[in-house]
Amino acid sequence: MSRLGKVTRRAFLIGSAAVAGGVAFGVYAVTRPAENPLHPREGATLNPYLIIDAEGITVVTGRAEMGQGAQTTLAACLAEELDVDWDSVRLMHGPKAAAYYNGAMLEGVLPGPDYARPDWQRSLGETLGVIAKPLGVQVTGGSTSMRDGYERLRRAGASAREALKAVAADRLGVSMDRLSTESGAVVAPDGTRVPYAELAEAAAMIDAPQVEPRPRSEWRLLGTALPRPDMLAKVTGTAGFGVDTRLPGMKFASVRRSPRLGGAMTRYDPAPALAIAGVEQVIDIGDGVAVVARNTWAAMQGARAVICEWGEAPYPATSEGMTERLLAAFNDDPDSTMRDDGDADEAAGTVIEAEYRMPFLAHSTMEPMNATALFADGKLELWSPNQGPFVQARVAGEAIGIDGDDVSVNTTFMGGGFGRRIEADYAGIAAKVAHALPGTPVNVTWSREEDMTHDFYRPAAITRVRGAVVDGQAVLMDAQVSSPGLMAQAGGRMMGMGMMGADRSIVEGMFDQPYRIPNYRVRGYRADLDVPMGFWRSVGASHNGFAHESFIDELARAAGRDPMDFRLELVRPESATAAGVLEAVREMSGWDQLRAAGTGMGVALVWSFGTPVAQVIEVVQEGDAIRIARGWIACDPGIALDPGILQAQMEGAMIYGLSAAVHGQITFADGMVEQQNFPDYDALRMSGAPRIETRILQANPHLGGAGEPGTPPAAAALANALFSLTGERARTLPLEGQFRFVL
Amino acid sequence: MAIPLTINGIARSIDAPDDTPLLWVLRDELGMTGTKFGCGVGACGACTVQIDGEAMRSCQVTLADVWGAVTTIEGLGTPEAPHALQAAWVRHQVAQCGYCQSGQIMQAADLLSHTPNPTDDDIDQAMAGNLCRCGTYGRIRAAIHDAASVMQEEAQ
Repeated sequence: MSRLGKVTRRAFLIGSAAVAGGVAFGVYAVTRPAENPLHPREGATLNPYLIIDAEGITVVTGRAEMGQGAQTTLAACLAEELDVDWDSVRLMHGPKAAAYYNGAMLEGVLPGPDYARPDWQRSLGETLGVIAKPLGVQVTGGSTSMRDGYERLRRAGASAREALKAVAADRLGVSMDRLSTESGAVVAPDGTRVPYAELAEAAAMIDAPQVEPRPRSEWRLLGTALPRPDMLAKVTGTAGFGVDTRLPGMKFASVRRSPRLGGAMTRYDPAPALAIAGVEQVIDIGDGVAVVARNTWAAMQGARAVICEWGEAPYPATSEGMTERLLAAFNDDPDSTMRDDGDADEAAGTVIEAEYRMPFLAHSTMEPMNATALFADGKLELWSPNQGPFVQARVAGEAIGIDGDDVSVNTTFMGGGFGRRIEADYAGIAAKVAHALPGTPVNVTWSREEDMTHDFYRPAAITRVRGAVVDGQAVLMDAQVSSPGLMAQAGGRMMGMGMMGADRSIVEGMFDQPYRIPNYRVRGYRADLDVPMGFWRSVGASHNGFAHESFIDELARAAGRDPMDFRLELVRPESATAAGVLEAVREMSGWDQLRAAGTGMGVALVWSFGTPVAQVIEVVQEGDAIRIARGWIACDPGIALDPGILQAQMEGAMIYGLSAAVHGQITFADGMVEQQNFPDYDALRMSGAPRIETRILQANPHLGGAGEPGTPPAAAALANALFSLTGERARTLPLEGQFRFVL
Repeated sequence: MAIPLTINGIARSIDAPDDTPLLWVLRDELGMTGTKFGCGVGACGACTVQIDGEAMRSCQVTLADVWGAVTTIEGLGTPEAPHALQAAWVRHQVAQCGYCQSGQIMQAADLLSHTPNPTDDDIDQAMAGNLCRCGTYGRIRAAIHDAASVMQEEAQ
């Protein structure tokens, strides 16, 4: 049961919301707070971020937990100001509500590269972010949680602290400036301690004072590696993931949908499924069937047994046909030219050319897609592991013809997100099943095979690059990226309207890198390919980071230069921050030391989501296979708000990128995805993953993201290391097609 | 016909088709959701439990075939009284999303039961069947070493 659930129940029992459940503070400084989503019916609360009760505080962030730890660090921002003991802090996602709009999401639409963004444009980004409030953009994604919440949650904590002090001052007859706060209490000069819980109800009634957050020099929590409040539940099997939702009278269901994505179901025969013990019902959900049963196993067996016939897919039937579409797009006018320095048509010096091919990729979260839904009295309640509750409500509502406002969303823990759970297809399906069983909650859990073959895939891309070197210096880099992109398609699903104009996702990670090359052009080409595509950890930077950093390495080799020296010369004049992370991995990895024979080193640098990350990979020949032995990471997110969580994100993101680089590809035959389960779409295991060291620098003048920036450099650092070891250049992913690895 | 099972020391009687995998008996018939479904084909280790002390993929063992006493993550330790491995997982802040960690811990418990002082290689080989998409492997390895030394000290 979530914290909110407990609060609700207690509030009902005792009947006095403010005293029973705790008190929350509305404190957002810029405008009056959006309507309080923690309404008395849902809890004893007045405002979005903070509930105080006798047991401590609950920080309600509106940001979902998928492993990235954002709830922990956001709570630390608030607790830092409020002066509470860390072990009294609890975390809660809370309801879907405009108050939890993500003001940093829209920064990504600003023109130009992040590393060179002027301050005036950043404040414009913040202004744009306010637009997210009426739009209801409550999203956990884009590596934005800290950039969005760092100021807001600290101000919320500071303001609440001052309100508590004001009430205490009144009560004690002592002026506010003589009171202090510590460990969840206001302390008077004579040592009298008044616990926050005794002041909270009254404090919630006053206009909370607005004060500046404390200077960094006074931090006690932020800047340290805090124990995550969700850790104990996650290691004792007691954390509630979406798939674990259990409700009284609940049924289990599973799905089977057209393997030709977007294609129709032309006929089905439920009889074989209904003959299976435990199967109760087969429901037509349009593009497939849902099978309701006594348990998930029977439902999955039933779904497999239904005889189905499928229509055609709206895209070429094979991967070869899709490659032709990607190549054909190079003949069109560019969709974008987001970088055009100097004159890229003036080729001089030693010219090299390369073409890189990057496949579709699945997210492959550990917890398969699922949602639980209950339809009753014209309203729908969802229990869903998700990254965007408004999208969930809209899609689920549309699926059954009710308004999104009539859909309530309980956001559970996610067993991995990686961008997959920004989508709401699985909530729409659960809504349809629940709609067919009014009054009965249904947990709809997909098989791994359904999950892998019905993803919103990382778009495939083909990238052609031409470059030139003169006297050991790069003088030209001219990149053309062909990819379907995803903003038109995914924008439609997220916002209910497709995004017009140039698709930044095709070229991000390519046009916005901190290199000074005199003739430097990046053009995007939008391929016509209607495969379902979505946001995959680091989005366009995932494939562009590979192509960009592989080609920089090729240029360095053509120039006869050390790839680290070569990069640093190009990066230093453009960004001291980016040069800093390169210099750090150079030192950490002992880049300049002589290596034993049979060892290869590769480096890559990518600036994405506000954070530059440099990585070095060391590969070692072991017999006829290659071990990915070690990795070094240096990143600069500006402020290391929680170095323990940052390290975990950086290392996990590197392994996520390496897994895709080694194994990852989604291919099509007969219009169907060929990979079904982990044996066909594996990831690095402990035995094949590198030992990693991470260093966090803090020279970046702006706060950067954490969850995604560690992924883009990984594939290129590995490919460059493989070149260093073998002399073979990898230009097609995944690498297991070209190299044999120790796994 | 009901089938008797001992789970975490408690005798149960399960009235479900006898080809139902143990995983789904635990999760859906008994509501013990600490054991996770990841792949259904024994390829990810998320559903790992112990049968007579040996780590098994519960998605691959049918109800009729369960040959001994079952221990799940809920039986290994609790939030109030965590097992040495769970305590080490907390000290090393291992979990990110946490979904695979029940299986990781059950597999590690099997390893330490017959290899009380494992090397890195021992750990890598024992744990290679347990997938973690968050990439927590480095901290898992450190936590296993830590738990091993705590358990050895306690044994002395």
